[in-house]
Amino acid sequence: MEIILAIIIGVLYAAGIYMILRRSLVKLIIGIILLGNGANLLIFLLGRITEGAPPIIPENSKVFLEAYADPLPQALILTAIVISFGLQSFAIILVKRAHKVVKTDDLDEMNATDEDS
Amino acid sequence: MTQQLILYPLLLQLFLAILLMFFWRKISAQRIISMIGSLIHLAVSIGVFAYIWNHGTQTVQAGDWEAPFGITFIADTFAATMVLLTSIAGLAVSIFSSGSVISDRLRFGYFPIFHFLLLGLTGAFLTGDIFNLYVWFEIIIISSFVLITIGGEKAQLEGAVKYFTLNFLASMIFLTAIAVLYGLTGSLNMADLAGKVAAVENRALVEIDAILFLIAFGIKSALFPLYFWLPASYHTPPSAVSAIFGGLLTKVGVYALIRVFTLIFVGDVLLDQILLVLAIFTLFSGALGALVQNNIRKVFSYLIICHIGYMIIGLGMFTEVAIAGAIFYLIHDILVKTNLFMMSGLIYRITGSNSMRALGGFYANYPKLSLLLFIPLFSLVGIPPLSGFWPKISLITAAFESESYWSLAAIIFASFITLVVISKLWAEVFWKDVQEIPARPKFRYFHKIRNIKRIQIVVPIVFLSLVSLYVGFGAEHIQILSARISSELMDSQQYIDAVLNSQKTQ
Repeated sequence: MEIILAIIIGVLYAAGIYMILRRSLVKLIIGIILLGNGANLLIFLLGRITEGAPPIIPENSKVFLEAYADPLPQALILTAIVISFGLQSFAIILVKRAHKVVKTDDLDEMNATDEDS
Repeated sequence: MTQQLILYPLLLQLFLAILLMFFWRKISAQRIISMIGSLIHLAVSIGVFAYIWNHGTQTVQAGDWEAPFGITFIADTFAATMVLLTSIAGLAVSIFSSGSVISDRLRFGYFPIFHFLLLGLTGAFLTGDIFNLYVWFEIIIISSFVLITIGGEKAQLEGAVKYFTLNFLASMIFLTAIAVLYGLTGSLNMADLAGKVAAVENRALVEIDAILFLIAFGIKSALFPLYFWLPASYHTPPSAVSAIFGGLLTKVGVYALIRVFTLIFVGDVLLDQILLVLAIFTLFSGALGALVQNNIRKVFSYLIICHIGYMIIGLGMFTEVAIAGAIFYLIHDILVKTNLFMMSGLIYRITGSNSMRALGGFYANYPKLSLLLFIPLFSLVGIPPLSGFWPKISLITAAFESESYWSLAAIIFASFITLVVISKLWAEVFWKDVQEIPARPKFRYFHKIRNIKRIQIVVPIVFLSLVSLYVGFGAEHIQILSARISSELMDSQQYIDAVLNSQKTQ
């Protein structure tokens, strides 16, 4: 399981960065989404995967008796998902506006900020 | 009650931002609330600073969850100083925005977002939890995205696309670094991490993680070679927005770098070498970039990059004197950079242009204003006894002591180029003969706007100039402050004890 996840994370990061490096604005957004998901999976993986051991103390005990799944990474991922959702929706609107105003989706043609003024 | 004292600046900003949303379309009410709120924020921050100065580091465990399990808020002298500087710059920019930002822009929630940005900054300075730091960073960047795009001009949107992409990438790298750190140690509390990272056996992985942090914060603080987003975007929004960005946004990256590399990843020779090399290149490239620009705001953007190098070079040398110099420079730089961008806004309001070639005759036409603008410009160069001079003494002393002559050369070279750039700017804008700039029919020139607006534009510049004059002439006090911060940073045990043993002492 860990191996599969590790490979998926690697592919997501690589694909995400490749997409960000492309010139098209739409591909930029796809890259951002892939990269965000890759980071979330990475937190999940590095929090150690423990199968079938929820972090609940048994009824007649005061401490955990066995190894349990760490709930913290999932809380972190939840936060990160919400944040990246906000960022991605902003990115989509921004790209739409930029496309409307600049009339191109090619990043190489967005040079207005480098012009001498 | 005093227990929660350090949370007050944070809660006040949150309250202000929410309150302002209830006055969505009522701009004049928003202006007044924002100014009064910022004034109260300044008072609260001074209170917090005075308390920390007298009583030492304070911590609050959110929800009373014992550290390291809950989220810790901690205010040591460094954090309290940064919160105080945030409130000073925040007050100045709040007044300046009321005068200079046109109401079409204000109508789309400028002030609420502005206070969310200050909330994020305050939170980032006060938190003691690395994941919480990530969340504050996100609040900062989301607010800054809105501020940079508000108005929706072509250049703004293009700048925003670049700004967004690089900052998003930085956040993702930061998140990756946190994930690796959590995998290595199983903790997120910075004080707890300090001990646990030192005990990790797999040093190679720790080093890689430190590099990830360096890249993430390096992008945020515009280090060489990660700075290209900054000159592409900082000159596009209204100058009030550039002022708060230039003053505080890159500095929060520097704060995070200093915090992480004095607390969590300590004593790594390779890392210090990398920091030094990056800082030297940052100084060179920022200085040379500023030399060839024509737009005043672009010149200042490159100077931001250049002067980030001074702080990082102090961190890289990693001696008590060097870090004190870096902290002093940070204090000076926040005040001066905020002021410079407001100044560029004032020049733009008066003449309708920010191009050095087109401008001229400022000294002949506005002698009093020119005298005022002299203060931030030459504080930046560091002509004694203005504020930029004193931190450089500490940095140069430290460079001599640690025999790092390349850093010494870079410090002197960058300060020389800054002098050249500012002299060029002074000669072009202030001394050159008056140039004919074609009048723009719809532009709201300085002499056309109401008196109250003019006061709102000039007063914050006067205010910040006075504060930076104080930093220059009262350098003794600031030196004591930065020496104390530096000794607290070098002796991280104090910080760790404050967080982890706070329950026992109370």
